Amino acid sequence: MRNTIGKVAVLATSVALLAACSSGTTEETTSAEPSSSATETSSGIDATGLTLTVWTDENRQPAIEAAAATFEEETGATVELVQKNFEDIRADFLAQVPTGEGPDITIGAHDWLGALVEAGVVNTVDLGASASSFAQVAVDAMTYDGQVYGLPYSTEAVALIQNTDLVGTEAPATWDDMIAAGEESGAERAFCINVNGETGDGYTMYPFQTSFGAPVFVQEGGSYTSEVGMGGEAGEAFATWLSENGEKGAGHISTTVDYATNNTLFNKGKCAYTVAGPWALGDFADVNFTVNPVPSAGGETAAPFVGVQGFYVSSQSENALLANEFLTNYIATTDAMQALYDADPRLPAFEGVDTASAPFPDAIAGFQASAEQGVPMPSIPEMGSVWDFWNAAEAKIIKGADPVKTWNKMITDLTASLEG
Amino acid sequence: MSTDTAEQAPAPNKESLARGLTGMGWGFVVKLLLMMVVNALGVAGIMAAWNAQAWIILGASVVFLVAADWVYFSRRALPLKYIYPGLIFLLVFQVFAMGYTAYVATTNYGAGHQGTMEQAVDAALIQSEREVEGSASYPLAVVRDGDTLGFAISEDGVVEVGTADQPLAEVGGSVDDTGRPTEVAGWEIVERGALLSDQELAQQVTDLRVPVSDNADDGSLRTREGSTAKVYRSSLEWDEGAKTLTDVDSGVVYSANEYGTFVGDDGSTLPAGWYVNVGFENFTRAVTDTDYREPLIRVTLWTFAFAFLTVASSFLLGLLFALVFNDERVRGRKVLRTLFILPYAFPAFLTALLWRGMLNPEFGIINKWFFFGADINWLGDPWLAKFSILFVNLWLSFPYWFLVCTGALQSLSSETMEAAQIDGAGRWRQFRSITFPLLLVSTAPLAIASFAFNFNNFTIIYMLTNGGPRFDDTSVPLGATDILITAIYQISGVAGGRADYGLAAALSIVVFVVVGIVSAIAFRQTKKLEEF
Repeated sequence: MRNTIGKVAVLATSVALLAACSSGTTEETTSAEPSSSATETSSGIDATGLTLTVWTDENRQPAIEAAAATFEEETGATVELVQKNFEDIRADFLAQVPTGEGPDITIGAHDWLGALVEAGVVNTVDLGASASSFAQVAVDAMTYDGQVYGLPYSTEAVALIQNTDLVGTEAPATWDDMIAAGEESGAERAFCINVNGETGDGYTMYPFQTSFGAPVFVQEGGSYTSEVGMGGEAGEAFATWLSENGEKGAGHISTTVDYATNNTLFNKGKCAYTVAGPWALGDFADVNFTVNPVPSAGGETAAPFVGVQGFYVSSQSENALLANEFLTNYIATTDAMQALYDADPRLPAFEGVDTASAPFPDAIAGFQASAEQGVPMPSIPEMGSVWDFWNAAEAKIIKGADPVKTWNKMITDLTASLEG
Repeated sequence: MSTDTAEQAPAPNKESLARGLTGMGWGFVVKLLLMMVVNALGVAGIMAAWNAQAWIILGASVVFLVAADWVYFSRRALPLKYIYPGLIFLLVFQVFAMGYTAYVATTNYGAGHQGTMEQAVDAALIQSEREVEGSASYPLAVVRDGDTLGFAISEDGVVEVGTADQPLAEVGGSVDDTGRPTEVAGWEIVERGALLSDQELAQQVTDLRVPVSDNADDGSLRTREGSTAKVYRSSLEWDEGAKTLTDVDSGVVYSANEYGTFVGDDGSTLPAGWYVNVGFENFTRAVTDTDYREPLIRVTLWTFAFAFLTVASSFLLGLLFALVFNDERVRGRKVLRTLFILPYAFPAFLTALLWRGMLNPEFGIINKWFFFGADINWLGDPWLAKFSILFVNLWLSFPYWFLVCTGALQSLSSETMEAAQIDGAGRWRQFRSITFPLLLVSTAPLAIASFAFNFNNFTIIYMLTNGGPRFDDTSVPLGATDILITAIYQISGVAGGRADYGLAAALSIVVFVVVGIVSAIAFRQTKKLEEF
């Protein structure tokens, strides 16, 4: 008797395991069912609505939900919103569109565009009747090789943030003016900037680099070529400047400062000025600040990288018509753009969005001014190879390595790597 | 008790109960019910796989299900009844994952080679179709005549209709204020509602190109959302038979090469490619690239040093504490032991980030509190960075060895110790000749496992130094604290978003083989320990 119970128990556990195992497979395959059921309805007999799958992240979900509700009401189609981590969307979109499991529409950043085009996973879009309402820099950013691939909705860029109790609200015209004003204010540091510790951060430093006329890639008619543009005299001048203000020089720029440290220093009033993006504002609760464009260090305009966010349509979408309809007539409207802004205040790329509702309405204007003098972050796939070399060289120069030699070696290595 | 009864009288009805599992007893009923659940789930899975057209999953599900039925209903497969569930887990989670990695290693799957050839052609055609400059946006009516679809637009109030084969031509009809045709002679207008709810029709409409005139260079009308049309022109033409794309403007013919890229006869390439089998090329590339060879040798040496020193130092420190706190004279042992295990309880990546902050030369508390504010650049100097990695990893992993050694010490028999004491062995002698060798028997396999784990300890390197500081004398983005797995992450471009998964898979297999060999040799050596 005991024997039997034992056997039954063993059997039960193993069957339970089996069940768990096979239910695992079920789960995997049923997740693909929406697409298959969509295929069934395509026979045309029963047109009870198609499903448009849209990938979004947590912050933007409520806003897109609102636009989707109107769309569902007016067209009868169903919009399935899939919430994902923003950081995962790029890789997942690249991997899943070719397998046919991808969405019809996804939210995304413009600097993914080169990789998306190279993988052939995005379709071109037409901004439609409201094309003129989009900020030009945003449309440029979503343009690749002369074709528009995404519907932009927001822009973002770093800007100069200054402690108004220490240095007032007036924007400094040059780097030297800023340092002088900062030192006069009696702050512990005139200026601090995130260098991402030992890693280096070419992104935050970029406005200063462009003020020396050394863009990462040579620009031709609005789009970037794969020719490295930061070599030569302009680049060397920037490297020398970086070294002069680095740890062995004036000490304004230091590898001991990373993102969190920088925000803490500024928030405690220990820095008069810093360069940061709108995403850092939440950390500046204890300080009065204002936002201005970054001052020039090398004489030319200090142009920060402008990042743009928008919507992409999958090249493998079976609902391309519906997807374009949704984007051009339900997202590219003032109401939908306002809803997106209210859900997650980023600088709007669409005319007519009221920014007064933001937690820092004045700051938004400052960031807008900074973005207007910015350049789109390169979206060519080659940019992926740049960061490593570029950041590391800047970190080394800041730490006191020979600026010209280090910079030129970086240019040589980078060029060799791009030619691969 | 039971053996007694069995010897006394092998009662026939008892026998039949014992066999109930295979006969018609209640055990069989339970089995039948459970197998019904298994079969129901299995069939559901198969049907879902059929719907999703996932043929491999379908095939595997069928095989697994049939095998399960055979195993649990056949009398001949008794051992399999126990190991079958485990076997499936082994196949799905281990063998499949390894096999798939090996498969990816023989392809060039990665940035620019992500889909199939058809998808690359699709992408090339999408990317080459451009709006004709100065094209107006026409309010559009989609029209049909039987199965033929057409576009109707109006120019200066005159309705024009065209189809895929017939260029735009004037027909009778009327338009509304916006210029959208409302009536088209000889054609039936397809309502937008009907268009949007019929996926097949919508697809046909998005694929439809209506030539503007007889001259193909004038371009053709297309619509994206079904209510407006613009003139577009495609510069590439796909030849299905020859598998070539031709640029109609420059005459360049793009044909497929063996790496899954379209190469033109002028040497230019198209951006989108597809993945193909490249054989062992990824493996040879990993060892023949001269830029990488020398830095990779340094990285390999450091990987071995890091894995070995981490295991050795944390083992010794853990053992020391275990010995000390195993002594009954120590007070509050339980509290102290709990405190010692704390570092083990934090997630490793959090600990690494915390230490990264504490080791900051200017703001970190290590320099401030312990080195009187000296400017020691812990993570910026190659040797100090290596030391910091080892130190932080020691802090992270000694509690594990403390736990393991405490357990092993407590399981040593006190009789052996007493015998040694009677024989007159001192404390050191006891430890060296008895405690330590006996301890090694139970801990050596764990040490080997720990070595294999640290060999691929991506977290600590990535979170603490990210491989830095960079080598000054090489042209590749590797650094003094990079171990093989972080080097693979860098080399294969996964870090920068230009991933070459084929190369990454090939290098991972190489690392797997290395770890496998080292572990195999080490396990063989530890067998000798058991001879004590």
